[in-house]
Amino acid sequence: MNVAFKPDETFRDDFTFRNTPEAIRRFPLPFPEDKYMYSVNIEAHRPGPHGSVVEFAIDVDEHYVAECRERALVLKEDPMRFQALPHMMSAQWDCLELIMESLARDYPQHFTLDRQGSQWAWTNRPLGIQQSFTFGDPATLPQQPLEYITRQVQGDWVVMDQREGDLWAEAGMVTTQADWSLNFDIGMSFKEWHGPVPLAHEMGVFDRALKYLLGLRLNEPVRRLNWTMTVNPRLDTSPEMYPKWGTDRASVTPENVADKVHLRVELQGLWRLPRSNGIVFSVRGYLISMRELATIPKWAKRVHRVLRELHPALVDYKGLTRYRDTVVEYLAPFDDGSPTSSGTAPE
Amino acid sequence: MSHADTIPVRVVAVEQVTPQIKHFRLAAVDGSRLPAFSGGSHIIVVMNDVDRVHRNPYSLLGVPAQLETYEIAVRRMEQSRGGSHFMHDSVSVGSTLEIAHPVNLFGLSKIGRKHILIAGGVGITPILGQMEDLHQDGVPYEIHYSVRAPEHAAFLSRLQQRAADRLKVYYDSSGHAIDFDGLLSTQPLGTHFYVCGPAGMIEVVLAKARTWGWPESHIHWEQFSAPPAGEAFDVHLAKSRLDVHVVPDQSLLESIEAAGVEVPYLCRGGVCGFCRTDVLELDGELIHNDHYLSDEERASGRVIMPCVSRARCKKLVLDL
Repeated sequence: MNVAFKPDETFRDDFTFRNTPEAIRRFPLPFPEDKYMYSVNIEAHRPGPHGSVVEFAIDVDEHYVAECRERALVLKEDPMRFQALPHMMSAQWDCLELIMESLARDYPQHFTLDRQGSQWAWTNRPLGIQQSFTFGDPATLPQQPLEYITRQVQGDWVVMDQREGDLWAEAGMVTTQADWSLNFDIGMSFKEWHGPVPLAHEMGVFDRALKYLLGLRLNEPVRRLNWTMTVNPRLDTSPEMYPKWGTDRASVTPENVADKVHLRVELQGLWRLPRSNGIVFSVRGYLISMRELATIPKWAKRVHRVLRELHPALVDYKGLTRYRDTVVEYLAPFDDGSPTSSGTAPE
Repeated sequence: MSHADTIPVRVVAVEQVTPQIKHFRLAAVDGSRLPAFSGGSHIIVVMNDVDRVHRNPYSLLGVPAQLETYEIAVRRMEQSRGGSHFMHDSVSVGSTLEIAHPVNLFGLSKIGRKHILIAGGVGITPILGQMEDLHQDGVPYEIHYSVRAPEHAAFLSRLQQRAADRLKVYYDSSGHAIDFDGLLSTQPLGTHFYVCGPAGMIEVVLAKARTWGWPESHIHWEQFSAPPAGEAFDVHLAKSRLDVHVVPDQSLLESIEAAGVEVPYLCRGGVCGFCRTDVLELDGELIHNDHYLSDEERASGRVIMPCVSRARCKKLVLDL
């Protein structure tokens, strides 16, 4: 896809982030039906339809340059958003290889990777980066390998070590998160890390998900969608920054709801890493305002019904308590009660 | 989870390294680089024999950083159902095979401060890959390698070259045995123990390690069982509505696959647990040969690992 980047968009202060009509149509709506409850909704991460967010292993869209700049701003204020425990170095190199190989293969107009044995040369044209380095030698890169490459790709990245029949979150780059903290979670086991999620533990979701992931195979990555909502198109809704965004939730009114409230969808990908036998978990966030969403009639109906019927525990967990009713009232006029076609395609 | 994604490979070198073990070097047919892997990994080799398909797990023993070729070593099993005989008798330089992507069920603990690697016979193969990773990372380790007699000590020169001062070799023929009690009782905190070899060796090590108070998390072992032959029996697959006949020298899993039904698996050797299948009806007894199910599960007669286990029965219905 030949996208025109929008390098001046912002995700803070004046919030100039917007989606073009093309970006709206490819938005990954996570609701295949008119109601929502947890499921282990994992599927093979195979290349999807042309133009969709899953056409390629890693999606690069119109927000790429702006999101990389936003990440750099977050890291400047809080370098601890990138962390890696010492035993994760081989997994860091695995991630760098995965990301560079994917981007160079799928977007040759933007990225080039030249491998001559362990001597690698990387070109990132949208960000104006050229770097020669020795694969396996961290001293030849300006940052640690995972930090270096995740400064050049959208979404958060968490790397897990596999041992003792469990997965341990022990490295990551997390600057665009929906209210969780790498600094708090680093070193945690799979179930510790997911501890705050309501209902799902009792449903056995994490037992099944962990067993599945322990057997995740090389070359057979998987994906799932998750979602929440965010007031203002703010990528960095971290616990560390809560004083900056927590009060936004009380600012939603019937007058501003259309532009202020965003559906936030996470495309989560999981890859087995070859040299480290770890797993990398990518969380790529997509934002769409209620006004943008309502330009697709089926989606307006669908989201109206999902939010109206959402389980109270999920309303609380996702932080929607203060403004869910305002969103439902905004979307109600778009919903004539007629049936929606199944699936998430716009029509 | 099916594994249609195999990689066609060509045998580029074969060497008889001991009276029973052959060493094979494999390269991708299309000349591309093979997938990177971690020490302790294995691949499933798919062998298209005359009248059947063998799928056997073999550890990768090469250097994980060198991906032009993969190396495996195959011991001729006296009671082979065909896989190892096929590799020894029908595969030569130029032969083509298919392999699945590497899987690691015998990985090194990355937080270990010292690693003791124990190998018995052909059990040296995963240890060779682990040795390369440990060498690369500069982590302290020791290798204790037990073989029947000097002529059976496969890959000795490679071991000596890389790990001469960390290697001890023990020959049964000279009456030398690994002093497991000595090893287990003198290690610093943070040491991990790895053992790959015959079933008896693994049992002894596990029992002694428990006696010495080692935490389970620090004891690692791998033993792929070859599926033992047995009497023929019949099985009904309830979901697929198929009747399958299992002949004496074919495993239950192979028979199910030959009928066109896919069962998830990682190891095909009774270790990983992925092919665990519910038994819906049984008139007779299950013959469990796996290393995965608990004693209670075995006794229940309600679950089976079809990769290595069989049945002696009038009727068997599986939830497949």
